[in-house]
Amino acid sequence: MAHRKGVSTTLDTNGRWWFGMKPKHQRLVLALVAFVALIGAGFIAAAALKEEASYFYTPATMAKAKIEPGKAVRLGGMVQKGSIVRGADGVSITFIVQDRDATQKVAYRGITPDLFVEGSGVVADGRLRPDGVFVADSLLAKHDENYVPKELADIDMNTAEHTKDTLSK
Amino acid sequence: MHRFANPARFLRLARPLTPALFWLGLLLALGACLWGLFAVPTERLMGDTVKIIFVHVPSAWLGMGGWMGIAIASLVQLVWRHPLAGIAARAIAVPGATFAAICLMTGSIWGRPTWGTWWVWDGRLTSMLVLFFLYLGYIALANASSEKGDTSRVAAVFGIIGAVNIPIINRSVIWWESQHQKASITLGGSSIDGAYLAPLFVAVAGFSLLFGALVLMRMRAALAEMRIDARMRRMADD
Repeated sequence: MAHRKGVSTTLDTNGRWWFGMKPKHQRLVLALVAFVALIGAGFIAAAALKEEASYFYTPATMAKAKIEPGKAVRLGGMVQKGSIVRGADGVSITFIVQDRDATQKVAYRGITPDLFVEGSGVVADGRLRPDGVFVADSLLAKHDENYVPKELADIDMNTAEHTKDTLSK
Repeated sequence: MHRFANPARFLRLARPLTPALFWLGLLLALGACLWGLFAVPTERLMGDTVKIIFVHVPSAWLGMGGWMGIAIASLVQLVWRHPLAGIAARAIAVPGATFAAICLMTGSIWGRPTWGTWWVWDGRLTSMLVLFFLYLGYIALANASSEKGDTSRVAAVFGIIGAVNIPIINRSVIWWESQHQKASITLGGSSIDGAYLAPLFVAVAGFSLLFGALVLMRMRAALAEMRIDARMRRMADD
């Protein structure tokens, strides 16, 4: 029997099947066990990476992480409505980044990307000043998951949140 | 399933299916691209840049779907020892890698005007780049072992292990804060307006059919090569 063609030679040292399983079923069980173990390992690795692999801090996670002033970090969140203040020199700008629980004031000098509007997402590279203001060296605009034709969003170009109401109607 | 594992029966099915998938896929993909290019409204914030979605999203779907195909075919190869499964897995690799590369390139071109950068090392972009490298590794492994004339188990094991990356790509924007936005199309619905969603579905269908046609062509070519090899060997023996 053990010499029949197609017989699995692995894990079959006594010439007997596992629990009477055919070799093909043995292989299936082994493959499935390996697959489940791999997926599990992936999830565990991802969970362990949770903090480190995040691309940016939100205002709430930044407050929790107690970032010291001067340390280079990345801050992301939504630009609070009505918070953008442009300086008299034309390139200085301050605004407030918010998430659900916290806010963070940001100062930046330079040209802002086209998608940088109030109510929309932003990612800023920079560091905290001792006075608690986040000084950004660069700004990246974040796109939300909504895709809306211009005509539907005609009421206020600067109001990204408006689109969700438009779509739910 | 065993019925289609027979190469002769597979070829009888694949011969008429290849041109059917190819021409229908080409028609739908081209049509969707033209539709997306000329008959879609400009987007609220992104303007005309949004139109790259009709290539970017199908490429992402096929890059990831391709690897799932490799993983499933590899599993079938290892468990049931179907010779066709190994051939199918190899046939998927090059088109899958191509679409993963197209996804990365179109994403980069899209990111420059909208985000303000060509590339960032966030979870989504990095895991997609890893997928592309996995494809390259798989192709190298499969080619290195194919000289022995049969489909290698090492490549199949690699194909299954590499599938771990697929849920990571999918979940990356949820697990980690990322530059890339969260999924627009979920089981719960879509936050993409219908004006973009309809041509997007046609594009995904069209590119998928083209992908299927490419895989069938490559499988038939691989089978033909194996027959040539076998005949050459017989002639050498005589």
